[in-house]
Amino acid sequence: MTRWKLFIPLLLFLALGAFLLRGLFMDPTLLPSPLIGKPLPAFTLGTLADPAGVKRQSDLTGEVALVNVWATWCISCRAEHPWLMKIAAMGVPIYGVNYKDQREAALTWLKQLGDPYRFSLFDESGRLGLDLGVYGAPESYLIDRHGVIRYKRVGVIDERIWRDELEPAINRLRAEP
Amino acid sequence: MSAALTRWLLLGTLLLTTTLGAVEPDYQFDQPEQSQRFHRLLDQFRCPKCQNTNLVGSDAPIAADLRQHIYQLMNEGRSDREIEEYLVERYGEFVLYKPRAQGSNWLLWLAPAMLLLGGLGYVALLIARRRPQATPATGLSSDERARLDQLLKRQEPPG
Repeated sequence: MTRWKLFIPLLLFLALGAFLLRGLFMDPTLLPSPLIGKPLPAFTLGTLADPAGVKRQSDLTGEVALVNVWATWCISCRAEHPWLMKIAAMGVPIYGVNYKDQREAALTWLKQLGDPYRFSLFDESGRLGLDLGVYGAPESYLIDRHGVIRYKRVGVIDERIWRDELEPAINRLRAEP
Repeated sequence: MSAALTRWLLLGTLLLTTTLGAVEPDYQFDQPEQSQRFHRLLDQFRCPKCQNTNLVGSDAPIAADLRQHIYQLMNEGRSDREIEEYLVERYGEFVLYKPRAQGSNWLLWLAPAMLLLGGLGYVALLIARRRPQATPATGLSSDERARLDQLLKRQEPPG
């Protein structure tokens, strides 16, 4: 037997170790979304402020925008809220999807904490949330000017996410024709 | 504790756990086959939120929503395949416990068989290599045999 063959088990072990090490730093709760690259799902929903003011997916398209799924029962949404206010102040349009919530509670929330949204769709049944593949609020989708979902964030948007992911993505999408 | 009592206690525990594990009772079906189909479907999809349970066992609100939707889709007369597609379109292949046999998933499906074949091939190679070495070891020429006998005789203790 040639001597180099003795190193095969060591090499196999190192390869396995590299995969396992990588696995340690991955978040298993982040699922790849099949909706990336697909248009926003169709919907017809009233808004929080105006139940009769029906909106469609075409009302969200035209410019690069953030679609943010939130609810008053969602504790991390409260943590995220100040950042949404900042992002809105920087001129990024944000549309809310008020997901399986109560209208009164949601309106009070916006009154107390401020309203970063152009409008919030009132998705009481969670039907739009289901079509968006929401499995835990807050979730945010970045749509391009044609209404195609280009980026998804599951979890809170904070300074790091804004700086490292969201802002570069917005700039990239704005540069597109 | 008597054996009979233990038996009854065990039966009681068993019945209790089945009730707890059951799906919300509001799903009514006309035929028992449909109910079976419903449970089979719930059994084969994974809850996106609490990741290592299927839709039957999960208490997450999203799992309840998905159960309700599957019920609705069944009543609309959709096929198993369509229901599967509906979920995959929204939550990705992650919801399937059984990965589809397509694309890079072939690696998952074929890896065990390839490893087994590779191992068998290796073993076969080892056996094939050993055989030609073993034959000359037993087949001694007549000269060698005579010499071996002599050596063995010399080794025998006297008397």
